Amino acid sequence: MEALEIARWQFGITTVYHFLMVPLTIGLGLVVASLQTAWFVTGGEQYLRMTKFWGKLFLINFIMGVATGLVQEFQFGLAWSEYSRFVGDVFGAPLAMESLLAFFTESIFLGLWIFGWQRLPRAVHLLSIWAATLASIGSAYFILAANSWMQHPVGVEMVDGRPVLVDIWAVLTNNTLLVAFPHTVLGAFSVAGGFLLGIAWYHLWKRRRDGIDTVDAGGRVVVGSQPATGRDAADHKVWLQSLRIGAVVALVSFAGVSLTGDVQAKLMFQQQPMKMAAAEAACHDGTGFSVLSVGDLGSQDCDEIVAVIEVPGLLSFLANGDFTTEVKGVNTLIPEYQERYGTTVPENPAYGERAGQPVDYVPVMEVTYWGFRIMITFGMLAAAAALVALWLVRKGTVPASRWLMRLAVLGILAPFGANSAGWIFTEMGRQPFVVAPNPDPNGIDDVFMFTAAAVSPGVSLPELVFSLSAFTLVYLALLVVEVKLLAAYCRGGVPAAMPELLPGHGGSSQDRHDDGDGGSGPGTGGKDGGDVLAFAY
Amino acid sequence: MESLPTLWFVMIGFFFTGYLFLEGFDLGVGMLMKLFARSNTERRVLLNTIGPVWDGNEVWLITAGAMLFAAFPHWYASLLAGLYVPLVLVLLALIFRAVGFEYRGKADSDRWRAGWDWAIALGSLVSAFGVGAMLAVTTTGLPLDANGDRVGGPFVWLTGYAVLGGLAVTGFCLIHALAFLMLKTDGEVRHRARRALCRWLPLGLVPLAAWALLVVLAHGKATTWAALAVAALGAAAARLLAGRGLEGPAFAALGVFLLAGAGAIFAAVYPTVLPSTVDPAFSLTVANASSSDYTLGVMSVVALFGIPAVLAYQIYTYWVFRKRVGPAHIPAAHAVRPQ
Repeated sequence: MEALEIARWQFGITTVYHFLMVPLTIGLGLVVASLQTAWFVTGGEQYLRMTKFWGKLFLINFIMGVATGLVQEFQFGLAWSEYSRFVGDVFGAPLAMESLLAFFTESIFLGLWIFGWQRLPRAVHLLSIWAATLASIGSAYFILAANSWMQHPVGVEMVDGRPVLVDIWAVLTNNTLLVAFPHTVLGAFSVAGGFLLGIAWYHLWKRRRDGIDTVDAGGRVVVGSQPATGRDAADHKVWLQSLRIGAVVALVSFAGVSLTGDVQAKLMFQQQPMKMAAAEAACHDGTGFSVLSVGDLGSQDCDEIVAVIEVPGLLSFLANGDFTTEVKGVNTLIPEYQERYGTTVPENPAYGERAGQPVDYVPVMEVTYWGFRIMITFGMLAAAAALVALWLVRKGTVPASRWLMRLAVLGILAPFGANSAGWIFTEMGRQPFVVAPNPDPNGIDDVFMFTAAAVSPGVSLPELVFSLSAFTLVYLALLVVEVKLLAAYCRGGVPAAMPELLPGHGGSSQDRHDDGDGGSGPGTGGKDGGDVLAFAY
Repeated sequence: MESLPTLWFVMIGFFFTGYLFLEGFDLGVGMLMKLFARSNTERRVLLNTIGPVWDGNEVWLITAGAMLFAAFPHWYASLLAGLYVPLVLVLLALIFRAVGFEYRGKADSDRWRAGWDWAIALGSLVSAFGVGAMLAVTTTGLPLDANGDRVGGPFVWLTGYAVLGGLAVTGFCLIHALAFLMLKTDGEVRHRARRALCRWLPLGLVPLAAWALLVVLAHGKATTWAALAVAALGAAAARLLAGRGLEGPAFAALGVFLLAGAGAIFAAVYPTVLPSTVDPAFSLTVANASSSDYTLGVMSVVALFGIPAVLAYQIYTYWVFRKRVGPAHIPAAHAVRPQ
């Protein structure tokens, strides 16, 4: 493999991995903040338990997002120094805004929240988790501003072959950003929805399996209690409410993701027609949406691909909102791209051996075609499962079936899959460009960059091989650790986050309704401080 | 128009120095998990002194990186690609360290804790050394061609200066951490930290002082000599104040040492931001590495609102968690058992 391929694999692996943690952080953060608000307002014991349990899982996941996010901030310079030089006048600004305005807020207030139980006034403690959560959503906005500029450059002028920022407002209100932002954040909420649903289902099921909860002749739940394991009646409420909240969050976010996705697709048909044609593996102009296409999608001979099942008119609807307008296929687009952006890679030293070679404007169609479909399918599956789950738990608990429980837990993965597939589709679909040209006739058509020109010229192949292997191995090992830890805390239930619930452990959860006095320092000795640090480190 | 790039050079210096001041002690505390703490309880005391604040401290590095990208993209690109191997190692070290802080207490097993203790200690050591080496190279230069790309192998950066810079930041972090522990803990740990600080302070600060002196000798101006003198005074004051048990003032004096020392280094190299050892004409300077004035103007407005806000809530955090941590505050570990 060449340096370019290794650098691309490295960016893909580190970024997709980072984005496993990010949506869970954003989605679960909002859930935890809302639950703590419910506790603050109602004082209901189950809301405190839910805040602590989901908060613990949130933290286990959050730290991995932080740690892998470090790599994101620096890897543009590491392996993509030509990219950094080319886009630096525009691209660095939203990243710097993200860290200064959003990520600082998130990290500092999360520290206050973790260690601030009982030490901060209750209202301030609640505000801390809200500040952290809203800042994480703010982070998403700025990062997507940077990414949207790569998809659709705006607000710049070309000066000496390099885009120079002339309008930051245009970058921050890029129409690509304005739909990518809600689409991404809602996708993050769907991850949290599935997560709550699967884990809560498991606990409701286990309460039935262990004979704590039973059902009466009408199928209604009879809630029992097993104090020795901390599974009392409030525990049942924790899981039933978590499950319902998760299902509702999943459904609402699916509706939002679909609506924003539709707007986004229509925009992409204008901004990056080749990406959308490749999403369809549509070689020829047409109106039909392919449900299944066969043939060698990877072959550059587009004519071998046959759409076996097609919904007539649907593609036109996705692109234009009607059923008749022909949507341009790959074969029509290739000459258009060649005419505008050249048939060969520019004769520029930055391109190395690639200079002068023909440009292939078609993205890898196996990836775009299936990425698009996996995204939609997993999203729909998760929403359908949430709907079924709401119906199944209408009488207060889940069915006793072990298989259904396994399915619910497995379902946690579907929204993760949809998120990853969507990103892989949109980033791979942008190829061969790293900065895609803006085709707007009134816009700036000459701002674009081929990915092949973006890598660091001074970095050698062995260095890239070393870093790719090191990141991949470390990330794999840490993924195993994180999943094992999450699983252990999930199995441990609420007492994993609140050991004071178990008999034999000093302290009762009632103590925690006391307000902290705001300045009693890290632990005031005795059990109150102990509980705080038991939650933290 | 040179004033905006110069302002942003000062900002970059401010963020890296702020990073060293804040994360300096938590990197040091990380190393002291192995070098200083004697029992699991002591390790948990150490961790809990930095627990609420280390993540906020680390964001200073992320922000410094992002600011560098926004304000000086050519500096960002040449430096990071030029220092590829050490930067990858630092990133991996920071990952292990961060995950170690969070995961160490999440399972009740000696093996688990011991593993993460090593991750934290080695992660902190490699981060401190690597950041120091990279900052030193920023001041002494890399073999860069006309495009700003490194010529030569993956290890051309590994010079005596890089080693000195690595030792400088590592030594400073350890000393700073001892001063921090003296200020933030109670009982045994506090007294041992003070004794260790008094004993090791001169040795720990020598490499940073030597690095500053070498840079000032090479590019010195009157102001940088003055800054160097202030730094020396700060170090001496820190030693004296620590000896008399004036813990807060000793910590502050160490801060003066760092600010003045780093200030001397940054001011001495100005206006060069990354020298080329191949040809001085290829060196990156404040003028040829910076973004447009429009971008710098936008970033200045952002910084004008962002920096006071960050400082305000970071100060608030330190105020909330101002009390000392002692062994009595550490609860028993609890196992996570399946229900």
